Amino acid sequence: MTKEPLRFHFDICGENFTSAGEASVSIKRILRQIGISPDIIRRVSIAMYECEINMVIHANGGTADVDVYTDKIILTLKDEGPGIPDLELAMQEGYSTAPDSIRSLGFGAGMGLPNMKKYTDVMDIKTEVGKGTTVTMTVFL
Amino acid sequence: MKIKTIVELLNAEVLAGADKLDTDVHSACGCDLLSDVLAFVKEQAVLLTGMCNPQVVRTAVMMDMRCIVFVRGKVPGQDVIDLAEEHGLVILTSDERMYSACGKLYQNGLAAGSVIDD
Ligand SMILES: Nc1ncnc2c1ncn2[C@@H]1O[C@H](COP(=O)(O)OP(=O)(O)OP(=O)(O)O)[C@@H](O)[C@H]1O
Ligand SMILES: [Mg+2]
Repeated sequence: MTKEPLRFHFDICGENFTSAGEASVSIKRILRQIGISPDIIRRVSIAMYECEINMVIHANGGTADVDVYTDKIILTLKDEGPGIPDLELAMQEGYSTAPDSIRSLGFGAGMGLPNMKKYTDVMDIKTEVGKGTTVTMTVFL
Repeated sequence: MKIKTIVELLNAEVLAGADKLDTDVHSACGCDLLSDVLAFVKEQAVLLTGMCNPQVVRTAVMMDMRCIVFVRGKVPGQDVIDLAEEHGLVILTSDERMYSACGKLYQNGLAAGSVIDD
């Protein structure tokens, strides 16, 4: 018997950096309420936070969907931003195109994508220049 | 070390979590680069930082930290303070600079703790 997942949807505003990360904070709260273990919550919320920040900084916002199954959590973050021209390069630690205005806020070290990969069990990125980027991450429970 | 000892050592003002000063913390990190906090910090309960924006608190929440110390007298906005209260984080502000704030805590036995290295 496969149970329907619990689904949560967020619109991520790309207009201002101040609100970036609000969806991840909400998910952290929800996962705590539904009794997911703290270790899993931490991994899921860090990965989602990095991805959410990326969407705001690099892609003018998008959507985030979190599906909680009995055996896994799937995060899908989708934007219609500029896409990533060289994904292999973007995945390298230290590679960043973040502007100085973002660096002065404490981000832009080029650590986000490698960190998302590290904290999740499966990460898949579909990206097309001029169309957008969809990041799918799975954490097994 | 109890958080209230940090308050004393750094002559800090408590902006959030005044009811949690008896919490024990065992390690700390001093960092302005939130990317690095997210990537390398493992079990540090205290973040000392000169960066003062909502992302500092969200980052600390993501990392399950217990206490943020804003150095050089920085005071965050009320939204940030509310967010910290909601997540049970203590927020302190101290006039100390980063180097001396970290030094004082280290000297009094608050360890650096381990970081993720791979
Ligand atoms: N959603 C996205 N749309 C377009 N480009 C992206 C997106 N996400 C990442 N990138 C590109 O990949 C690069 C590396 O991303 P990564 O998250 O690793 O680092 P960063 O965001 O620049 O810095 P950090 O995450 O350390 O704050 C970015 O600088 C950007 O060029
Ligand atoms: Mg990033």
